Amino acid sequence: MKKYDKVTKNALGRLVPTEINGKPAVPYMGIGKYKPEGRKYAPPIPSLADYPSDGNKTVESLAEALKRCGLKDGMTISTHHHFRNGDLLAVQIFDIAKEMGVKDLVWFPSASFPCHEPLIKYLEDGTIHHIEGSMNGPLGKYTSEGKMRGLAVLRSHGGRYQAIQDGEIQIDIAVIGAGCSDPFGNANGLYGPSASGLLGFALADSQYAHKVIVVTDNMVEFPCTPWQIQGNYVDFTVKVDKVGIPEKIVSGTTEVTKSPDRLLLAEYTAQFCYEAGIIKDGFSFQAGAGGTSLAVGNYFAEIMRKHNIHGRFARGGSNKYLVEMLEEGLIDYILDGQTFDLEGVRSMAQNPNHLWTSPFTSYNYHSKGNFAGIVDVVILGATEIDLNFNANVVTHSDGYLLHGIGGWQNCLFSKTVIIPVPLFRDRIPVIIDEVTTICGPGELVDVIVTERGIAINPKRTDLIEKLKGSKLPIKTIQELKAEADKICGVPQKPKLGDEIIAAIKWVDGTVIDSVWKVQ
Amino acid sequence: MSINVAHAGNTGDKVRSDCHVTIELTSSGGIELELNSKVVVMYGDSIKKLVLDSLSFFGIENAKVNLDDKGALPWLIMARIEATVRQLTKTDKELLPKFLPQNKYSTKKDQYRFSRLYLPGNTPSLMINAGLHNPHGIILDLEDAVAVDKKPEAQLVVRNALRALDFYGAERMVRINQIPKGLDDLKYIIPHNVNLILVPKCESADQIKQLNQKIDELKKQHGINNPIWLMPIIESTLGVVKAYEIASAAENVVSLAIGLEDYTADLGTQRTNEATESFLARSTVVNAAKAAGIQAIDSVFSDVSDMEALKQTVIKSKAMGFDGMGCIHPRQIKVIHENFAPTQEEIEKAKKIVNAFIDATEKGLGVVSLGTKMIDPPVVKRAQRSIDLAVNMGLIPINWREEMLTQQ
Repeated sequence: MKKYDKVTKNALGRLVPTEINGKPAVPYMGIGKYKPEGRKYAPPIPSLADYPSDGNKTVESLAEALKRCGLKDGMTISTHHHFRNGDLLAVQIFDIAKEMGVKDLVWFPSASFPCHEPLIKYLEDGTIHHIEGSMNGPLGKYTSEGKMRGLAVLRSHGGRYQAIQDGEIQIDIAVIGAGCSDPFGNANGLYGPSASGLLGFALADSQYAHKVIVVTDNMVEFPCTPWQIQGNYVDFTVKVDKVGIPEKIVSGTTEVTKSPDRLLLAEYTAQFCYEAGIIKDGFSFQAGAGGTSLAVGNYFAEIMRKHNIHGRFARGGSNKYLVEMLEEGLIDYILDGQTFDLEGVRSMAQNPNHLWTSPFTSYNYHSKGNFAGIVDVVILGATEIDLNFNANVVTHSDGYLLHGIGGWQNCLFSKTVIIPVPLFRDRIPVIIDEVTTICGPGELVDVIVTERGIAINPKRTDLIEKLKGSKLPIKTIQELKAEADKICGVPQKPKLGDEIIAAIKWVDGTVIDSVWKVQ
Repeated sequence: MSINVAHAGNTGDKVRSDCHVTIELTSSGGIELELNSKVVVMYGDSIKKLVLDSLSFFGIENAKVNLDDKGALPWLIMARIEATVRQLTKTDKELLPKFLPQNKYSTKKDQYRFSRLYLPGNTPSLMINAGLHNPHGIILDLEDAVAVDKKPEAQLVVRNALRALDFYGAERMVRINQIPKGLDDLKYIIPHNVNLILVPKCESADQIKQLNQKIDELKKQHGINNPIWLMPIIESTLGVVKAYEIASAAENVVSLAIGLEDYTADLGTQRTNEATESFLARSTVVNAAKAAGIQAIDSVFSDVSDMEALKQTVIKSKAMGFDGMGCIHPRQIKVIHENFAPTQEEIEKAKKIVNAFIDATEKGLGVVSLGTKMIDPPVVKRAQRSIDLAVNMGLIPINWREEMLTQQ
């Protein structure tokens, strides 16, 4: 039996649901085609009469705060992934809900991690109805097997801001974990044992949720500065013994990959950018925290030193390598979206040119501009890419939903988008005829760098022209696929179920693709 | 004694691009295949067919087969199946993957051998992308990098790799086991276009003669005309004493290498960064090689994370007269190439010499001179090699002479 009968083909020819968890959904229409009308969502008007006049909003426990927020059946609860795999809050919230006998909650995290595996029992016993947010590892597997009652909804970081802002999803209670807070609710991620750098992913929640709780293990006297989260939005503050596991929040050190194959990809990517004229005075770039991306940043730095090139800014995921570039003067600014290691946290606290950003400043599509489009080149990953350069980041070729979208879709609006990927991973080809799930339309993907050749999107005639005569192995994407097929064999078509288990949203809130139940 | 269950291959969480095969011969019931593969969604059908075809090739009609696959390429699955079958039945049949046409090339006696990348002969995951890092040679190692009980499996992996793995133009090398044991390795490599054989722990010209005798036999038997070069490795005190005898033992000995781990053990000492303990040995090997008119190849540098120390080692090695060295990690290749390459100073000098030679030839002069100095033909030859290499490595443009003349 199909869980979702109301489906239609969107502009990419993908079957998508027209209704998600009882609410109508708009199919993807193309880039920039869907423009919603009306006004942004607004939370209820609060009155100071309902808040302590001395500004001390501290209550004794998280349970108390949740009760006073009126936690009840069917509510939407949001949390954030600043503490990454060291998050101690999300599971506690649902432990409390279970204790209170509350049912059918919607969990709306900015991302999920393996540490959230215990929530599966609450999906099973009805405490949680469904999840709208990224699905990593165990939760993704659970969802892929069709065990979740509602439909999962995956959004990018920017798409999450957009959905909250547009009222597509209404948050009843936002629980914001912070490294540092005052009793009024001013909070940041810079100080304390659970310092995570910044709290940008919680910005929309603080602005639009009906009730906002800030939880910290480092309560300081008013004022807590800088106030990355403004206490004026906050209903309750809670001091706990431990809000996160420090060593799982940020790694002590991030290390560049030692894999020779990944280093080769990184080297090709950096060399490509140099030969394409992208690495030049005043340029900007964004590279993620994966081993290959870190290495790309390192090779960028090498090229910049060698040719005396000075960049304007780098967008992070910051880490010690980016901080080194800032401190060495190779770049003027780091515009940081999340901080990956202790060096990043230190730098953000000390260096006025290491700035924190949010999905609003960087990624929101329903806005009057965002930073992603200003970036000259962004280095991204993918699990699969098809011959039209459409790319997948959420599912694997066996159909399993295993990753979130993160800022990936939003970054596609950078001036040049480069995806370095191995041509195949343990015989699993990356370039295939049709991706399992389309997360990003190929017209926004410019270059695929593999260890066996580099394919430039035929739309980018400028890049093709610039790389003429290059010693880099420039090939067509068809040639790359043929090469993989020769080595690995031509893959058979995977057989997927006929039941939709998750919807993938595009940056404008439309549905770009569906994820199907695995057989 | 005959057994009816056998297995081959590797398994475990860290194993990649490999597989583990268990076959139990049964008396009836046909082939029962249990396939556990991480690529079953994409290649399940073709893997099943490969297993059934392979068993039928060996005439096995009834068996329980378990294939635990971690993304092994077909040529590797074939090697694992064959290794299993060989334990169960006596067979002369070889289950050969298709020979890739791009692997059909020969190499020259004096071609560059700056870098040669060692790959363990029973670890396919390291082989697949090796050629992409552009080493001058790729060594599939049957000797020290393979556990004793895995040697028969490794022979088949190496054979199949020689046929089906793209070497991307790198010289195709195999390090066989020490002579005489290594003679058994030859039938797995000679018919499959091996370019060069490394001869470990070589201690006499006689070992080279034994080896060549067997190689010639196999070449004749398989109708092979391609040259097969030898690189004896001196790894003992006795080997050092016999270095020249070995270097000049046969026409197909193209380079003489030194292996310092075993040598220092033989000396009863340890390798140090200063390498004073091995100076005599290295110097002797260089001298013997040059006396025999062949290349001298240095040992590997084992700290794969210290590129600066590697660079210093390469510079010293080149200064001693070595023509190349071994690598155990692909990232070492670039450093080795850059530092064995001619320096800017060497290139400038070579340009002048070659230019003077071309000038003299054009003018019909028998004697080449630069300023007041006469230049001997070997000097010209060496300069020409430096120029070719510099062009090859992109250090100077191919039309360097035009540029030079217009600048004057």
